[in-house]
Amino acid sequence: MAKALGLKCRECGEEYPVSPVHVCDLCFGPLEVQLNWEEITPRVSRDKIAAGPPSMWRYHDLLPVEGPPTVGKNVGWTPLVKAERLGHELGLTNLYIKNDAVNHPTLSFKDRVVACALTKAREFGYDTVACASTGNLANSVAAHAAEGGFTAYVFIPSDLEQGKVLGTLIYGANVLSVSGNYDEVNRLCAEAGGKYGWAFVNINLRPFYGDGSKSFGYEIAEQLGWRAPDHVVVPCAGGSLISKIYKGLNEFDKLGFLEGGVPTKMYAAQAKGCSPITTAIKTSAEVFRPQKPNTIAKSIAIGNPADGYLAMDTVRRSGGWADDCTEEEVLDGIRLLGRTEGIFTETAGGVTVSVTKRLAEQGRFKKDDVVVIAITGNGLKTQEVVVGQLGQTVAIQPNLASLDAALGTEKLLAAALG
Amino acid sequence: MAIQVLIPTPLRKFTNNQETVTASAGTVATLISELETQFPGINRSLLDDKGELRRFVNVYVNEEDIRFLDRENTVLNDGDAVSIVPAIAGGSAIN
Repeated sequence: MAKALGLKCRECGEEYPVSPVHVCDLCFGPLEVQLNWEEITPRVSRDKIAAGPPSMWRYHDLLPVEGPPTVGKNVGWTPLVKAERLGHELGLTNLYIKNDAVNHPTLSFKDRVVACALTKAREFGYDTVACASTGNLANSVAAHAAEGGFTAYVFIPSDLEQGKVLGTLIYGANVLSVSGNYDEVNRLCAEAGGKYGWAFVNINLRPFYGDGSKSFGYEIAEQLGWRAPDHVVVPCAGGSLISKIYKGLNEFDKLGFLEGGVPTKMYAAQAKGCSPITTAIKTSAEVFRPQKPNTIAKSIAIGNPADGYLAMDTVRRSGGWADDCTEEEVLDGIRLLGRTEGIFTETAGGVTVSVTKRLAEQGRFKKDDVVVIAITGNGLKTQEVVVGQLGQTVAIQPNLASLDAALGTEKLLAAALG
Repeated sequence: MAIQVLIPTPLRKFTNNQETVTASAGTVATLISELETQFPGINRSLLDDKGELRRFVNVYVNEEDIRFLDRENTVLNDGDAVSIVPAIAGGSAIN
C-alpha cells in the first residue's frame, strides 16, 4: 500500500489522486497530501526513529514519498541549541535555538522541503525542476538538482543579495533574474505553470514540498526528549513553515510519541516592512491585506503569502500571537544572537530573535517555559546588511609593543559591540 | 481592441484549452460575468456562494494585483491584460 492515499482540497474537500497538482479545480483551494495512517501507524515507533539516520529521513515513514530518498540524503537533524546567554538577556531559563543555519547542504531550512520535493519529482518522472525564490530556495533547488542530475530553472527577484545569487549559479542552474519583487516572480511562475512540463517545487509540487518542513517540528520534539515545547517563534514569508512545524508536533502526538501532548503556542514573526500575516493576526482580521514589501529581510519579503491563511489559522488555533519588528531591530537581532550564542543568522533570523524579545517583554512567556526560536538561514549569505553595522577591526603591527598600545588605547571590538 | 485574459490551467477545460481569451472593456466584475456567458461553468471556480471572488483567486490587471487597485470595481480599458492566478498555496493544518 502507498503511504500517500491522495490529495484533498482544504477548502471544499474534493479529492484527487496523487499527482503533481496543487490547487483544486473546483474552488482553487490548496491541496494537501492525505497520508495512509492505518498503514503508517503500526510501522513507526520512537525506537525505530531514534535508530534511524542522523537526517530528516529518520522520519521517512511520515513524509509523502514512497521510495527511499534519491536526493538530499543528509538534510536535517540540525542542532537544537540550549541558548543560556540569550536566555539570560531575555529573562528565559529554557530557551532553545533550532539552528537550520547549518542545515546541509545549503545552510537553510529549505533543504528540507527540496529534499522531499525532488525525491517526489523523480518518483513522478520529471527530469527538470524549477522554483520561484527569495534566495534560500534557489540555493537549495540548484544544489539538489546538481546532486540528482536534474536540469534546474530558478526564478529570483533581480535585487537579491549577491551571496544568494552566487550560491545558486555555483551549482550550474539556469537562473532567471526577474525585474520585479518576489510576488511578481511568483505570479510569473504560476502563469508559466504547466507550460514547460517542469516540476515547480513550490507550485505544482507544493503539497509534497511543504510536508518536508514537518521534519523541523519532529526534530524539535525528539531533541527535547519527545516533548513539544511551550512556545515556538517562527519567521513567516509564504506562511508554510509555521503550520508544518505545528502539524509535525500534532502528528507525533497522534502517534502517541509525546509526553504531555501539544501545549505549544505558535508565534509568527515578520518585519514591519512586510507584515501581512502579523498585521492580520494583531488586528484580528479575517482576511490579510497584501503588501508591497520594503525591508532588508528579503528572504521573508513576500507581500502576498500563499499560505497566509494557514499561518493565521495555525497561530490562532494554538493560542499564540504575532509581532513584527523595525529594520533597526532586524540588525539588532542578528547582532544579539551572534554575540550571545555564536550563531550568525541572516536577516530573517534577526527578525525572529527581535520578535522573540518583543514577545518576552510583553510577558507572553513564563520564565521557565520551553521556548524555541526557529533560525532558518545563515548570515554568511546576507553579509551586505551588516557591512558598516559592526565594530571596527583594530590595525596593529606584528610586535608586542603595538599590541600593548592597541589594548591600552583602542576601543576594542567587544566594547564597541556591547 | 479588447481585453486579453490569461486563463490558468485548471480553468482551461471551460475554454476549449485556450490559454488566452478576449472580453470587453468594463470592470473586473463585468469581465467575470462575461466569462460565465462565454464559458458556462467557469464562475463556480472563481466566485463563492455570496458571489464574491474566492479568497484563493488572485486577479491581476496589467501585472498589478487588483487588491492594490479597485478590487472588483477596477476599470478595464481596451488593450488591458488580465491574468487570473490561483494563489500559490498548499499545505495543511492539523487534522
